[in-house]
Amino acid sequence: MLRTIGQRLADSVPTLLLVVTLVFLALRLLPGDPALVALGENATPDQLDLFRHRMGLDIPLWRQYLVFLKDLATLNFGTSFMNQIPILDLLAASLPYTLALTAAATAVGVALGVPLGVLAATRRGRTADTVARLLALLGFTVPDFYLAALLLIWLALGWGWFPINGLGESLPDQLYHLVLPAVTLGVVKAAFISRLTRSALLDVLGRDYVRTAWAKGAQAGRVIYRHALRNALLPVATGLSVSILSTLSGSVAIELIFGRPGLGSLLIGAIETRDYPVIQADLVVFAVLVVAVNLAMDLLAVAIDPRLRT
Amino acid sequence: MTPLLQVRDLVVEFRFRRATIRAVDGLDLDLDASGTLGIVGESGSGKSMASLAIMRLLPQPAGRVAQGSIIFEGRDLLALKASAMPAIRGRDIAMIFQEPMSALNPVMRVGDQITEALHLHERIGSAQAHARVMEMLELVGIPAPAERAYAYSHQLSGGMRQRVMIAMALICRPKLLIADEPTTALDVTIQSQVLDLLKRLRRTLGTATLIISHDMGVIADVAERVVVMYGGRVMETADRATLFRDPRHPYTRGLLAAIPRLRDHRRRLHQIPGSVRPAGPPRPGCPFAPRCDLARPVCAEQDPPRIVLGEGHIAACWAVAEAVS
Amino acid sequence: MTATAVLLRRPVGTLAAIVLVLLVLVAIFAPALSPYDPLTQSVMQANLAPSAAHWFGTDQFGRDVFSRVLTGTRSSLLLGTISPAIAAIAGCALGILGGYFGGVTDRVVGRAIDLLLCFPELLLGILVSAALGPGFWELVAALGLAFLPRFARIARASTLSVRREPYIEASLSVGCRHALVIWRHVLPNVSGPIMVVLTLWVATAIRLEATLSFLGLGTQAPAPSWGNIIRDGLNNLFGSPWPIISAGIAISVTVLAFNLFGDAVRDLLDVELDE
Repeated sequence: MLRTIGQRLADSVPTLLLVVTLVFLALRLLPGDPALVALGENATPDQLDLFRHRMGLDIPLWRQYLVFLKDLATLNFGTSFMNQIPILDLLAASLPYTLALTAAATAVGVALGVPLGVLAATRRGRTADTVARLLALLGFTVPDFYLAALLLIWLALGWGWFPINGLGESLPDQLYHLVLPAVTLGVVKAAFISRLTRSALLDVLGRDYVRTAWAKGAQAGRVIYRHALRNALLPVATGLSVSILSTLSGSVAIELIFGRPGLGSLLIGAIETRDYPVIQADLVVFAVLVVAVNLAMDLLAVAIDPRLRT
Repeated sequence: MTPLLQVRDLVVEFRFRRATIRAVDGLDLDLDASGTLGIVGESGSGKSMASLAIMRLLPQPAGRVAQGSIIFEGRDLLALKASAMPAIRGRDIAMIFQEPMSALNPVMRVGDQITEALHLHERIGSAQAHARVMEMLELVGIPAPAERAYAYSHQLSGGMRQRVMIAMALICRPKLLIADEPTTALDVTIQSQVLDLLKRLRRTLGTATLIISHDMGVIADVAERVVVMYGGRVMETADRATLFRDPRHPYTRGLLAAIPRLRDHRRRLHQIPGSVRPAGPPRPGCPFAPRCDLARPVCAEQDPPRIVLGEGHIAACWAVAEAVS
Repeated sequence: MTATAVLLRRPVGTLAAIVLVLLVLVAIFAPALSPYDPLTQSVMQANLAPSAAHWFGTDQFGRDVFSRVLTGTRSSLLLGTISPAIAAIAGCALGILGGYFGGVTDRVVGRAIDLLLCFPELLLGILVSAALGPGFWELVAALGLAFLPRFARIARASTLSVRREPYIEASLSVGCRHALVIWRHVLPNVSGPIMVVLTLWVATAIRLEATLSFLGLGTQAPAPSWGNIIRDGLNNLFGSPWPIISAGIAISVTVLAFNLFGDAVRDLLDVELDE
């Protein structure tokens, strides 16, 4: 088990290197000139040169890459153009909120999606199945930011059940502020997870070992939850990494709507103010999170399925 | 003495949107306590569906028992509520399957799977349960049972897996063990080991055994009485000695002739011409008629009569009927 | 099966197709259909609720929301169809290249696809638009790159399966050039599965375009798009919820229609393959 974990960790190192390289290259090799994008069409050649020099864009690409990697390894992201705050501080201040939102949304999605998927699979063609199907259609159709805006209009603005935006002060207050954003992202996620759970469970329920469980004299609940569901969760765990990542990227819009700080707000703000070093650092953090989530779901799969252990 | 299991006129059907398929058509079985009964037939003969019907585990939602009775210890299992079946499965009637690899849960330790079977039917402390499981694993010939109990099924060999399945089936000392092609997925050497194990366990535990196989050799090795099935119907029933000495049904004769014998190795292996008619809607006539050497016009039109040839020896065949009369 | 029989047996897909045709007509004739100029501001007319004069009300600048939503149809449909189409072409080229030639080429292509597939589409879209800046073709590139790995993976998988067919070997052995083999044998086999998923990806592309526009990375103000109508509406929550609601319904209906139409197309093609 420990060796498998070590193996997976080691495997993700090259991936990590590749994704940060992808960010590096995207910002430099795509046809857009970072200086022009950052300073706008009206910048003078002198301003552009100054920008390139400050960003280290005037040296050969391979040297830029080495500098980029060295800065990354030493967590030296430089300072923001806008306010000269060290970028590491900005990231450290934003990351926890994005992680909290993603985790809360995932919890809502799993808590809602898995039981719904089980109901849909075990009562095929009945009410629960129809509800699950409609929810899935909703999830695949309505964009999360629109759903967020609707909930904001009705539940927060109209009925005053929830705060409109911000973070909250005390811990309970913060959790209260987290409800609407998490539910918005969670419902969309639940749609996906319930479909995944349904099809995985339907597949597993036809397997021989489920028949064995029946033949032992197990009752329906035991057969479904103890024997079938655990096996069905394997494909769900794989799908979950896709789902968590789309929640992570969806959080960008949700943070904007609910006025929450986070990596997304930071990124969008930086793009608007053309704060180039912040954009790069923020995207690198997103890329690292992508690898981390994939790794975590990989390890979850290993925990569920002994066959994946070496 | 009342028989342990008495199946009468069992009809199993699968209803699909477009068609109804009759998998088992009028099966009779009799099995005494601690007796052994073998059902032999090619794949598609309905033998597996018959065994699943006894457990009331027919594939849902299409499969159902259309007719007949399954009397187990004086109770008709088909008349019981579905909720009463779990208490019988595993405790009174246990089952082992063809593919031990896929029949074991891949994400549970095999020891836990056996223990679960025990806990489902007996109030028993965990230390005691552990002891029982160890004892059972030893009984089925698993070396170092304490270690093997911690293994997952993918870590065991095919033979070990089937031994685990057998241990799981017998842990509650059921009165009836249904073994559906227990050796088909195994290597030949392992096959004979598992068959020896089944015979030994039946002697020591006194469990009645219903063994199902396409392999006449397996049936001859284990079963005292034999039911030969084809196309969902019973072709011939007899005790083992009678069946091998004096097979009467053309299909049984074909099956026996297909067993390779060491002595006359110069002869070509016999094979029954043609192939199994796919299961379909109920039709009159003998299902074997299209492949039968002795077929006559009546065979395809009317169900053959059941001819009693001796004590417990019955053949359903027009040709046999003619020969007898 | 005749065309009518197909339509009657799939009422949902048919309805979706009708909605899509209407949407295309709306996009084409948006200027003629719009009762007002979508850009004209009027402080006196700000934040009106829906009425006979303004079906969807007005926004904080007094612009007619109905006209803005109609005009927004154009960029949504245009971007939503062009980007996946470009991604499909580029993805096919990449996937076929890897799957057909195998070896080092395939390992590089396969690794690149895997790497891009790690990223959610939205994140790739944000990455590219952050690098390229705003603009129509920049947005096409952002959306296109987001979908490219999805198409490349499908194309690569189908190519790999065709590549093993004996007739490919036979064609090459009688002297067919690779380009001809790809054109005659590989491409037709790859295009089927791609066509099946294309409609579904159009739905995703429309949603993604709306999200990027909402984030300020897509269609730039003052030109209306469904995403930036919602963004403007968010800054005017206390003024009027109608711009958000109307634009959101437009997005949802369009995405739903493409999704249902895509499902119907997939079913239809699957049935054909079965029979």
